[in-house]
Amino acid sequence: MTTQQSLNISSEHHNLVASHQKDFLTININGQMFGIPILQVQDVLGEVKVTRIPLAPPQVMGSLNLRGRIVTAIDVRKCLGLNPLENSDRRMSVVVTHEDELYSLIIDNVGDVLTLQDKEYEQTPATLDISWKTISLGVYRLNDEILVILDVPKLLLSLQHPN
Amino acid sequence: MDDLIVEFLTETNESLQELDTDLITLEQNPNDKNLISKIFRLMHTIKGTCGFLGLPRLETVAHRAENVMGRFRDGNLEVTPTYVSLILESLDRVRFLLGHIEANGTEPEGSDAELIEKLDSVYEGRDKVASEPPVAVSETKSAAPIVSTQGHVVAAELEALMAEFEAAERATKTVPEPVVAAIKEPAKEPTQDTHKAEQKEPAESSISNQSLRVSVDVLENLMTMVSELVLTRNQLLQISRSDKESGFVTPLQRLNHVVSDLQEGVMKTRMQPIGNAWAKLPRIIRDLSMELGKKIDLVMTGQDTELDRQVLDMIKDPLTHMVRNSGDHGIETPAERIKAGKPETGTVHLRAFHEGGHIIIEISDDGKGLPLEKIKKKLVSNGLATEEEVARMSTQQIQQYIFHAGFSTADKVTSVSGRGVGMDVVRTNIEKIGGAIEMNSVEGKGSTFSIKIPLTLAIVSSLIVAVGEERFAIPQLSVRELVLVSQASVNRIELIKDTPVFRLREKLLPLVSLKTLLKLGASDDVLNDFDHKYIIVTQVGGYTFGLIVDQVFDTEEIVVKPVAKILKDLSLFSGNTILGDGSVIMILDPNGIAKVTGENKISEESDTKAINSSLMSAETKTSLLLFTAGSDSPKAVPLSLISRLENIDLSSIERTGGQMLVQYRGTLMPLIPFNDTVHVGSEGQKPLLVFSERGKSVGIIVDSIIDIREEVINIQVSTNKAGLTGSAIIGGKATEIVEVMHYLNSVHGDWFKDHGDEPFLAQQKNNDDNKAGKSARRRILLVDDSPFFRNMLCPVLTVAGYDVVAVESPMKALALSEKGDRFDLIISDIEMPEMNGFDFASKVRSSKEWQDIPMVAMTSHSTPEDIDHGYKSGFDRYIAKFDRETLLDTINRTLALGGHQA
Repeated sequence: MTTQQSLNISSEHHNLVASHQKDFLTININGQMFGIPILQVQDVLGEVKVTRIPLAPPQVMGSLNLRGRIVTAIDVRKCLGLNPLENSDRRMSVVVTHEDELYSLIIDNVGDVLTLQDKEYEQTPATLDISWKTISLGVYRLNDEILVILDVPKLLLSLQHPN
Repeated sequence: MDDLIVEFLTETNESLQELDTDLITLEQNPNDKNLISKIFRLMHTIKGTCGFLGLPRLETVAHRAENVMGRFRDGNLEVTPTYVSLILESLDRVRFLLGHIEANGTEPEGSDAELIEKLDSVYEGRDKVASEPPVAVSETKSAAPIVSTQGHVVAAELEALMAEFEAAERATKTVPEPVVAAIKEPAKEPTQDTHKAEQKEPAESSISNQSLRVSVDVLENLMTMVSELVLTRNQLLQISRSDKESGFVTPLQRLNHVVSDLQEGVMKTRMQPIGNAWAKLPRIIRDLSMELGKKIDLVMTGQDTELDRQVLDMIKDPLTHMVRNSGDHGIETPAERIKAGKPETGTVHLRAFHEGGHIIIEISDDGKGLPLEKIKKKLVSNGLATEEEVARMSTQQIQQYIFHAGFSTADKVTSVSGRGVGMDVVRTNIEKIGGAIEMNSVEGKGSTFSIKIPLTLAIVSSLIVAVGEERFAIPQLSVRELVLVSQASVNRIELIKDTPVFRLREKLLPLVSLKTLLKLGASDDVLNDFDHKYIIVTQVGGYTFGLIVDQVFDTEEIVVKPVAKILKDLSLFSGNTILGDGSVIMILDPNGIAKVTGENKISEESDTKAINSSLMSAETKTSLLLFTAGSDSPKAVPLSLISRLENIDLSSIERTGGQMLVQYRGTLMPLIPFNDTVHVGSEGQKPLLVFSERGKSVGIIVDSIIDIREEVINIQVSTNKAGLTGSAIIGGKATEIVEVMHYLNSVHGDWFKDHGDEPFLAQQKNNDDNKAGKSARRRILLVDDSPFFRNMLCPVLTVAGYDVVAVESPMKALALSEKGDRFDLIISDIEMPEMNGFDFASKVRSSKEWQDIPMVAMTSHSTPEDIDHGYKSGFDRYIAKFDRETLLDTINRTLALGGHQA
C-alpha cells in the first residue's frame, strides 16, 4: 500500500509539474483569511451600488450591474453567521462565476494572490463550526496564519436550498 | 447522441417542414416537377445518410419512396390524389421514425412492410389504382401557377448539379472563413444539398440558402456585449457634452451612430420570419378538409413579417390550434355553404403585419361565426354564468366566453377539436408572452381573431415605480390605468378588516400594497399612510387588482434578464434589468402577484358555482357577512342581501321623532342600531350595513365587521328573539343568523304607518314566519333550471325557515318522488328545457305520491293565458319571478291552506 501510494505521488510529480501548487486570491473576513481559487475569480470590485431584492434570502444583499451583466451580491459575513461590519460601505467584493451566472461575494477586504504548495494543505478540522465547515474546501497552513479555502459552489448552493 | 445524427435530424426536420408548405401545391398541380424533385432529393439524402449512420429501417422507407418519386419525376407515372396520399404517408412515416430517433437515439421496433408493399406496387406498376395512363409531364405542367418552369431538369442533370455543389463546398470548407463573409456564402452545410440544387432555380425562395446556423448563446452573448457598449457610449457622450471643444466630439458622434446601427443589427439576428411558424398549417388544413369533407382554402399573407425567435416559438402552437379551430368550427360543409349562399370552398385567411412595436396576426374565416345561442346555453349548463347574467351580457361579452376553460361549442368531439381545452390555453399562452387576443364574430358571416404580440420578449416597455427607496418595473402591458389617491377626497382607500380596497367606477377594486407584499416595512397608521399614493390598476387575465405604490416615474424600454438561479423561488419577479442610468432593478410579475394575493378566489368562485348547480340541495353554501353587535356571539347575515357596507360618521346622524336618519346618496335613510347594546354616540365612526329593497333603504348600525365566510346555513337552535332566525355554527362558533326582513319591516312598517299606509303583507308574513319557525320545519322543493335562481332562492327560503331541496329539472324532481321524498310545497319554474312547468304539474297531479302537494308556479311570463294554463295544469298559485316578498307571502298562504285544492 505505502509503496503504491508513494509511487503514484512521484509519478504525478514527474508528469504534471504545476499540479503540486495552486493560486488563490486571499480575502479577509472578520480578521480571518480565506482563499478563493484564482480561476474562479472574475473581478474584484470596490464599493458598488447594490439594489436590494425584496423577499430574497437574508444572505442575498441584492444585485449590481457589472458592465452590463447583472450580478447577485452575496453577503459572506451573513453566510458565515457573523455580525454585520460597522463601517459597511467600505467593503469590497469578489465576482465569481457559478453555472454561467455571476455572483459577487461581499467581503471585508481583498489581499494578495498567493501560490500555495499542496503539502501545506489539510482537510477542514472536524471540529469547525458547521456553517463554516460546509462551505470550506480545506485549509492551508501558512507561516503565521491559517487560510481557509472557500468552496464557492457549495456556498451558493446552500442559499438555494436553505436547509 | 452522436453529433452526426443530431445534425442529420435537424437538417431533415427542416427539409420536411419546408416540404409541408409545398405539398398542398402538389395536390393542386400533381405533376409539379419541381416539387417532386424536391421530395425525391430529400428521400435520396435520407437514404444516403441513413446507410452511413446505420439506420436500416428509415433507409428502407426512404429508398422505396425514392423509387416511386423517381418514376413520378421521370414522368412515366402521373401523380393522382391517391399517390399524393401515399407520398404524404411515406413522409409521415419518415417523420415518425425521425421523432423516435430524436427521442430515444435508436429506431423504433416494428415493420414498415405494409407501406413498403404499397410503394413497391406503385413502383412496379402492379397497383390497381394506377388505372390512369401516364401522361407526359409537359402537358399538365402549364397549370402550375407558383412554381417556375424550371422543372424540366432531367435527373442526370440534377445529379451532376449536386455533385458540382458538393465539390464546390468541399473547396470552401477547407478555407477558413471570416464570420461576416460566411453569411454571404451560399453553400455551407454539408448535408444541405436539398437546398443547393435549388440554387440554380431562380423562382425558388433563396432565403434558406443564405442562412447560417449560429447558436442562440452566441447571439445572446453578442446582445449583452452590445448593451454594454451602449452604456459605455452613453457615459462617453455625457462626458463629451461638458467639453464641447474636445477633439473627441467628432469621432464620438461617429461611434454613436455605429453603435446604434450595431444594436439594431444584433436585434435583427434574433428575428425570424413568421412564415416559419406557418409552415405546418397548409398541411393541417389539407388533412382537416379531407377528414371533415369540407373544402377549405388557406390564404397566407405577410409570411416574411419578422419577430423574435423566442416569441415565434411561443405562438406556434396557439396559432396551429386556432387555424385548426377555424377549419373545424368555423367553415361549414360544402352543402351548408351553398345553402347559405356562399361559395362552396371556405377560406381561412392568415395575415401578419407590424403595427407600432407589435405584430398583429389575424386569423379570419368566412364560416358560420360563433353560434350565440349555443354559447349562451352552454354557459348556463356549464355553470359559467347564470341565465340572469347571460341576459345582461352583450354579444361581445358572450363571445368572450370561448376563452374560458372547459368550453367548447362543437357538438361532437372530433379528433380535431371540441374537447373544450383550447381557446383558454391559447389565451393563456398569448398572455404569457405579453400579448392580447381579440375576437370579432358575426354569426353566419365568419369570425376574425386578432392576436397582438410584442415584437420581442427581450425588450419590454415598463412602468418604473417606487416604494420607499426601492424602484421596480411593471410591464406596461398589464397596466390598465393609474389612480392618484387622496385620503381626504372621494379617491380614497378604504379598509375591510386590514384589506385595502378602492372604489373604481362603481366597482370595488381589491388592492395590494407593494410595501406590505414585499415586506418593505409597515406603518401604524395604515389609512393615512395611503395618502398621496398611486394605485396601479393591473389586469391579469380576467382578474383586475390595484397595486399601491409610493411614486410613479416614467416608462422605459427595458431589456429583461432572468434572475439568478438562487432567486428563482421568488415568484413575484419575472426578471431584472439594468436601467439607462446603470442601476439594476427588479421586474414585477403581475401574474405572480395575482397568484400570491388571491386571484384563485375567482376560480374558486366559479368552482363552487359549478358544484352548486349539480348538487344543489339544503346543503347550499351561502356567503355570510359576520359582524358583532354588543357583547353577544357573532351575528351573520347573507351577503347577497346587503347592498353596501359603509363606515358612518356618528356626528352626521340626525334624529327626528325618535328615528335616526342620515343623508345618504341624496336621500334620507333611516338607521337602526342592531340592538340596544350597540351604543350610538355622537362622535367617531361605526360600520353600517345598508339594505335596499325596492328603492327603500335601511342602515343597520353594528359594532364591527368580522369576516365574510362561505358556509352552509344549518340552523340548529331556533329562537324567539325578534330579528333572529336562530343559531348556527359558522366558522366553528355559535353564530346568530339575522332575519333581515324584521329590520326592514320594523323601520318601513313604522315608516309607512306614519303616512297612513298599512303594511299588511309584511306583518302578516312576519307572523307566519314565526309560526313556521316554531313548528316542524316545512320542506320545499324548488325546481328551476337556472342556477342563478336556485342560488338566490335557496338562502332566502332557508333563512325564512324552510328546508329547501333544489333540483335543476322536473325529471330530477320526479325521481325524488319515486324515491319517496315528501314535500310540503313545490315551487316550479315554467320555462325549462326538456320538460316545462305545465307538463311537470300535470305529472305531479297524476302521480300517487305527490298529487296533494300544493304547487306554486314561478315565471317571468305571466300573461292571463299563461296563468290560466298554469291553474289548469295543477298549480295552486302563480307568481312572477323576482318578487321575494310576494313569494314568501304566497308560500305562507299556500301552506296555511294545507294540501292541493283541486
